[in-house]
Amino acid sequence: MNQEKVDKIIDRYSAKEGKGILIQLLLDIQNEFNWLPGEAIVQISERLQVPVSQIYRIASFYKVMSLAPIGRHLIQVCLGTACHVRGGPKILDKVEECLKIKTDETTSDMKFTVRRVNCLGCCALGPVMVVDNDYHGKITTVKVKEILESYD
Amino acid sequence: MARIKSTAELEEQRQEILSKRDPDKSRIAICSGTGCLALGCDRVISAFKEEIKRQGLEDKVDIKETGCPGFCEKGTIVVIYPEGIYYLQVQPEDVPEIVSETIKGKKVVDHLLYTDPSTGAKAIHESQIAFYKNQKRLLIGNNIKIDPKNIEDYLALDGYRALAKALFEMTPEQVIEEVKESNLRGRGGAGFPAGRKWETCRNASGEPKYVIVNCDEGDPGAFMDRALMEGNPHSILEGLIIGAYAVGSHEGFIYVRQEYPLAVENVGIAIEQAREYGFLGENILGSGFDFEVEVHRGAGAFVSGESSALMTAIEGRVGEPRPKYIHTTISGVWEKPSNLNNVETWANIPLIINNGAEWFKSIGTEGSKGTKILSLVGKVNNTGLVEVPMGITLRDIIFKIGGGIPGGKKFKAVQTGGPSGGIIPEQYLDSPVDFDELAKLGSIMGSGGMVVMDEDTCMVDIARFFIDFLCDESCGKCVPCREGLDQMRGILNDIVAGKGEEEDIELLEEIGETMSNFSLCALGTTAANPVLTTIRYFGDDYEAHIKEKRCPALVCKDLIAYYIDQKKCIACMLCLNNCPVDAIEGEKGKIHVIDQSKCNKCGTCYDVCPPKVGAVKKISGEPVPPPPPEEERKIKREKGEKEGD
Ligand SMILES: Cc1cc2nc3c(=O)[nH]c(=O)nc-3n(C[C@H](O)[C@H](O)[C@H](O)COP(=O)(O)O)c2cc1C
Ligand code: FES
Repeated sequence: MNQEKVDKIIDRYSAKEGKGILIQLLLDIQNEFNWLPGEAIVQISERLQVPVSQIYRIASFYKVMSLAPIGRHLIQVCLGTACHVRGGPKILDKVEECLKIKTDETTSDMKFTVRRVNCLGCCALGPVMVVDNDYHGKITTVKVKEILESYD
Repeated sequence: MARIKSTAELEEQRQEILSKRDPDKSRIAICSGTGCLALGCDRVISAFKEEIKRQGLEDKVDIKETGCPGFCEKGTIVVIYPEGIYYLQVQPEDVPEIVSETIKGKKVVDHLLYTDPSTGAKAIHESQIAFYKNQKRLLIGNNIKIDPKNIEDYLALDGYRALAKALFEMTPEQVIEEVKESNLRGRGGAGFPAGRKWETCRNASGEPKYVIVNCDEGDPGAFMDRALMEGNPHSILEGLIIGAYAVGSHEGFIYVRQEYPLAVENVGIAIEQAREYGFLGENILGSGFDFEVEVHRGAGAFVSGESSALMTAIEGRVGEPRPKYIHTTISGVWEKPSNLNNVETWANIPLIINNGAEWFKSIGTEGSKGTKILSLVGKVNNTGLVEVPMGITLRDIIFKIGGGIPGGKKFKAVQTGGPSGGIIPEQYLDSPVDFDELAKLGSIMGSGGMVVMDEDTCMVDIARFFIDFLCDESCGKCVPCREGLDQMRGILNDIVAGKGEEEDIELLEEIGETMSNFSLCALGTTAANPVLTTIRYFGDDYEAHIKEKRCPALVCKDLIAYYIDQKKCIACMLCLNNCPVDAIEGEKGKIHVIDQSKCNKCGTCYDVCPPKVGAVKKISGEPVPPPPPEEERKIKREKGEKEGD
């Protein structure tokens, strides 16, 4: 983790004198590192003079924020309503089975992390699975394996 | 760009933009909304750029990357102007043909047109496509004409004229009166009259006042707000500025969920440009009115879309709701009067100001005016965003616009309103889309999610799905919602596992009633709707699960079994090779058999068995037929048939 980067992100919000910035700040940290490292949380706490507990409260409440490092590739399987009726749960089962991990876990080689999400806004293409920034629409259980194998 | 300082200057600017544009020049509009992006529209766009260059047409053709026109099922969508030729499912390989044939040769490329599945007729223009023909696209119709990153496109379509009219020809009170008169009801959930909300906020004491756009869009299965925010952000911004003027606010927030990165980006650009042109900031259009707006990103919590929770999140705290003895219009963000409306509500405002309340009232039903954008998804042929006049029947939406149910399956139900909504069965298909009529059926309009379900959908499973979702999303602050949902989840899990008991239905109803009456926010008070409506309309599904331990739709894993029909199996090894738990015995030329004790019911065998063979069967509530004895498993072939066919 890079202290300077965290400082820079905090500086972006200096004009606002701490008013209502915490969530936005944490989102930026999350986007930068793909998770919220404990050191960053302490650093924010010290600079903004807010209790660490308050930051953890936010970080654990919101889905987008992660308190553990994630794998090189983030797999998001949509289980929104539209994808659910088109077989989303079977896709998630298949991913879990292929990688031998459960949802919200990371493979031991740090290659994949699996998450379930609620609607990615491409319901028309359901069931949808997103790996990193690649959207895979209208997938079947058979295709899951192929897709996973195409990442290294 | 110097800031525009009067209505006259605005019109001058508009004329200048229009004069630079030649209406007869070829223009290629390519949807670059998230749906088409998922289908690879970026490759189509680069292919067009290359091809135009290769054929030396750079001066003769404009390429425009636009917002989503709604027909996501058939993306990537490309429209060629000025002719308005509508191409669907365009791939990068099609691009040279389009450029040579249509742009240069002025001929239509037949195979990229929409083909009516029943008549086989080809449609060249949007207005001939069944999906669009029955819509009324006041809000979303401009998406394909606008590059959301370019304010000039919005100005060319009369953008910000309503703002000028409000600022210079109307008092704030008159604006409120007009919106009240139009009877515009909020599009985000409860359908509260927007004008009345504005009035309360205007009359509330306390400064500053805030106006807020709700683009949290938490309903899993709805994406109209995203399409508007991505595709036409200025229309929302213009509505917001007018609202701010009416309410007497000088500071606003646009709350967009982080999961919509393109929406965040486009609205950010729109704000910058609006500021540059003088539609935001100090002394807007020289009127003396000041207004600033800021984007806040939501971090993925359904409950944070609720008004009081959203305001808490804007303050930087955990987005949980609070009791609303005092309305947020009186005490909202930092305990100041705050007026929150949904994206679509705001986008309606410029239309109402430009065309008047009378015009708006001429569309829709007695109690619900104007149009509504619905996201038509699930088991329906034409999925995507549809904008319809209020009052249209569910049947027309699903069958005329949506083209019916795929694969010749039977319609079973339609879910409206997301997790707070309900399930509507076939006998009510002729009900109109209207806030009050949907409520009578035990559902709601909500934000406009519309998920179609066919005979293969299990209603108990759907109820469990929503309860599961809400369990995860409940903030846990109040007991009825937190505990009620957890208990409901337990009971529903038992029912789908075949462990349900007869009293369960009554118990579910009782819990549901308690939650409706005593929860803190609308998440809890409406959470039982999916359960209560499925019990009301699909009691048989529950009975079958509980009494017969049978899932009629063959969905619930614990109640179904797979087996291989020995008469149909051609011993092709497909299922056997794909079975993840090695539960299938057999070899080439020898009928395959599923070992029930090993099978984990993942359904892979069912999916891979070729449809024309169809040997893998799914059953529920009846015993699995015994497999043939070992010695009879060899496949006997008719004369002339080859081994391993
Ligand atoms: C749990 C919950 C989630 C909600 N999520 C949203 C949402 O994502 N978008 C939205 O516009 N309204 C949402 N609402 C409704 C808002 O509370 C509010 O009524 C609405 O934004 C007001 O705008 P309108 O009057 O223009 O509809 C939600 C309500 C609840 C109870
Ligand atoms: S439900 Fe999966 S993308 Fe909307």
